[in-house]
Amino acid sequence: MSEFLSLAGQNLLSPIILSFALGLMASLARSDLNVPEAVAKGMSIYLLFAIGFKGGASVASYGLDARLGFSLLAGVILSALLPIIAFGLLKAMTGMNRLDAAAVAAHYGSISIVTFVAATSVLEGRGIPSEGYMVAVAAAMEAPAILSALWLISRSDGDSGKGMDSALMREIMLNGSIVLLVGAFAIGWITGEEGLKEIESFIVNPFKGVLCLFLLDMGLVAGRGLRGGGGVLTRGVLAFGVLMPLVGSLIGLGAGMLLGLSPGGVVLMMVLSASASYIAVPAAMRVALPEANPSLYLTLSLGVTFPFNLTIGIPLYVGIAMAVTGG
Amino acid sequence: MQTYKAKRVEITIENVMESRLTDALRGAGVTGYSVLPVLGGSGRSGAWSRSGQVSRAQGMVQVVCIIKPERLDALLDAAFEVVERHIGVVSVVDCDVLRAERF
Repeated sequence: MSEFLSLAGQNLLSPIILSFALGLMASLARSDLNVPEAVAKGMSIYLLFAIGFKGGASVASYGLDARLGFSLLAGVILSALLPIIAFGLLKAMTGMNRLDAAAVAAHYGSISIVTFVAATSVLEGRGIPSEGYMVAVAAAMEAPAILSALWLISRSDGDSGKGMDSALMREIMLNGSIVLLVGAFAIGWITGEEGLKEIESFIVNPFKGVLCLFLLDMGLVAGRGLRGGGGVLTRGVLAFGVLMPLVGSLIGLGAGMLLGLSPGGVVLMMVLSASASYIAVPAAMRVALPEANPSLYLTLSLGVTFPFNLTIGIPLYVGIAMAVTGG
Repeated sequence: MQTYKAKRVEITIENVMESRLTDALRGAGVTGYSVLPVLGGSGRSGAWSRSGQVSRAQGMVQVVCIIKPERLDALLDAAFEVVERHIGVVSVVDCDVLRAERF
């Protein structure tokens, strides 16, 4: 317990979390602090490229094993399964209608790549190694949740909307984040340690600084979301936003243990299962389920679950994984 | 200078629907249009701003096209198919253009 509190304290006082807190506070206080759209986009491209490349280079160094295939499969199954659990919890805990519940549930099966990046940064800071291919697992977990949510709706209401079409499927599978993450992973894998050495000064050393600035922006965005959409957060909805990541993390813990991942890999599997999407899934939901309330799912994933995972969740998951795996 | 009567159609729609709308417009024979970014605004779904969006889910764009009056119905039918279930505004105003053969 004392180790967890110490880890939580260290995490809360890290530049990454304090940058996020600064953005959140500035936004809630209605400061005009603003990160230009193009700068935020540039930083997100940098972070995705760096994390993908480092993951690929790590796989090239340590080699492949059968766990990669099983981990990818586990990621797909978790992403498809978690929305069904989330949907059940939402129906039990909130008075949400089926359409909103399915849309929210989709977010909790998919992942937040920024939470993943923050977790890898915490693991690196503590010298806890993890499997490089967890980046590929993150990419594999983006889309299945969307199909699950649409299935939940079509099961109860055959005429609920047009749902999935080929154009939407293409947009989901080829969305910029997935293409960049998987592409950078492939480049890192092909070029290996040598390739990493060549661009190390660009993608390794400045990484944490860029992550701080990106999280400052995420804090601003989360604060705006809370200001604008805070009205949708009833007590039940708020409780769901905190409970669901805990439930997801425990399922991720089970999956990580079953796969025999390293302690760091288990942490990342927990983080992926605990996080909620706010990039790919909201866009897909606007196309497939436009009648669902975007304030609800964006405020929950970005304003509640993301800050929870960043501040309390990650140290908690690290503490649990270390205790369970003996790492 | 000689001017000609035309219709200016302005469709403000979610980012995610832009390509679907422009595909539908092209399908209806409308080959000329402009897509403009919308900086922010407020509506039935609350206020939003283009800056600080991490997802394409909340952004809006405006598709503007100027056409001959007799082609208006076909355009509106095609646009309505796309925008019917989505957040957005469709407006039509009369305008004058200089070169009628271009529309």
